Amino acid sequence: MSILKNEVSDADHAQGHAEAACTLVEYGDYECPHCAHAYPIVKRVQKHFGDRLRFVFRNFPLTQIHYNAEAAAEVAEFAGSEGKFWQIHDLLFENQPRLSFELYEELCAEAGLDTTAMKEALDDGSFTARVRSDFTGGVRSGVNGTPTFFINGRRHNGPFEFDSLVRAIGESIAL
Amino acid sequence: MSAILSPGTEAPEFQLPVTPDQKISLSKLRGRPVVLAFYPADWSPVCGDQMALYNEVLSEFQKHGAELLGISVDGAWCHAAFAKDRRLHFPLLADFEPKGAVARLYGVYREADGMTERALFVIDKDGIIRWSHLSPIGVNPGADGILDALEALEQ
Repeated sequence: MSILKNEVSDADHAQGHAEAACTLVEYGDYECPHCAHAYPIVKRVQKHFGDRLRFVFRNFPLTQIHYNAEAAAEVAEFAGSEGKFWQIHDLLFENQPRLSFELYEELCAEAGLDTTAMKEALDDGSFTARVRSDFTGGVRSGVNGTPTFFINGRRHNGPFEFDSLVRAIGESIAL
Repeated sequence: MSAILSPGTEAPEFQLPVTPDQKISLSKLRGRPVVLAFYPADWSPVCGDQMALYNEVLSEFQKHGAELLGISVDGAWCHAAFAKDRRLHFPLLADFEPKGAVARLYGVYREADGMTERALFVIDKDGIIRWSHLSPIGVNPGADGILDALEALEQ
C-alpha cells in the first residue's frame, strides 16, 4: 500500500474545500495521453461529489519521452503564480495535441496573462524547482507512472475510469 | 525456479554486453552502490514506463552515488534501439547468451515464458545485496523502494 508522503498543503493547487471529506490528488503529465483521458473523468467525479471532494493536481512530467511535458508544467505553474492555474491546466489538457510554445502564448493571452513574463519564466527556469519538487515527492510516495491518484492519502491502484474512482472515493468517505 | 536472492547475500558476479561491442562486469562497479533492475522485455508498455520512470529518477539515484543497470534477455542491438527510442541515460545489459544466465543466478528467471521477473536489487559498495524486491510481472514497482534502500545504506 503506497501512502502519500508529502501531505497536501497551501502550496498545492487545489479545487474544493480544505475540509472536504475526501481529497483526491493526481500526479499528472500534460503530454500523457492517459492523463488527457482522465481529465474529463476527474471533472465528472468532482461534479458527482460536489463539496465532499477536494481535488489537487501535482506535476509528474516524464520529460525524456514527452518532450513538451516539462515546459507545459512550468507554464501551468507560471499561471498559478498569477492565480490562473486551473484555467491553464484545463486548456493544456484540452489542447494536448498542440502542445508547443505557440500554444502557451495563445492560451496565456486568452487567460489575460503576460506572455513576455511567461517566456521569461520558461527561459529562466523560474518554476523548474517547483515541478521537480512535485516529481520527487511523487516518486517517494510510489508514483510509478501517470496518472497516479491518491484518495485521502492512499494510492488508488484500480482503473481511473469514472465508476472505479467514484466507488473508491465513496468507500473512502464512508470509512 | 530458485527463490530471489535475499539481503545479506553476496551479489553473484557477472559480465554482460552493454552495447554490441562492450561488456560490463559487476565487480568493476565495486566501491559504490549498484541498482539492478531486471525487467521482462524491451518495448512492452509497462517496462517502458518503468524504465522511463527510472530515467527521470536517475539524478536521485546519482545523489547516492549509485549506478543503475537495467537487465533483460533482449539482445544488445534490441537494447540499443530501445534506449535510443526512449532516450534512456543508463545502461541496459543483455542477459541474452546463454539466455537468462544472470537472471537464474539471482533467482529471477521465468522458465515458463523465457523472460526475467520484474525484480530489483540494491547492492552496496562491497558487493552485498542489501535489498531485493520481486514485483508482479505486470506491475511497475516504482522507485520509492530503491530510494529508501539507498538511503538506508548511508545510515
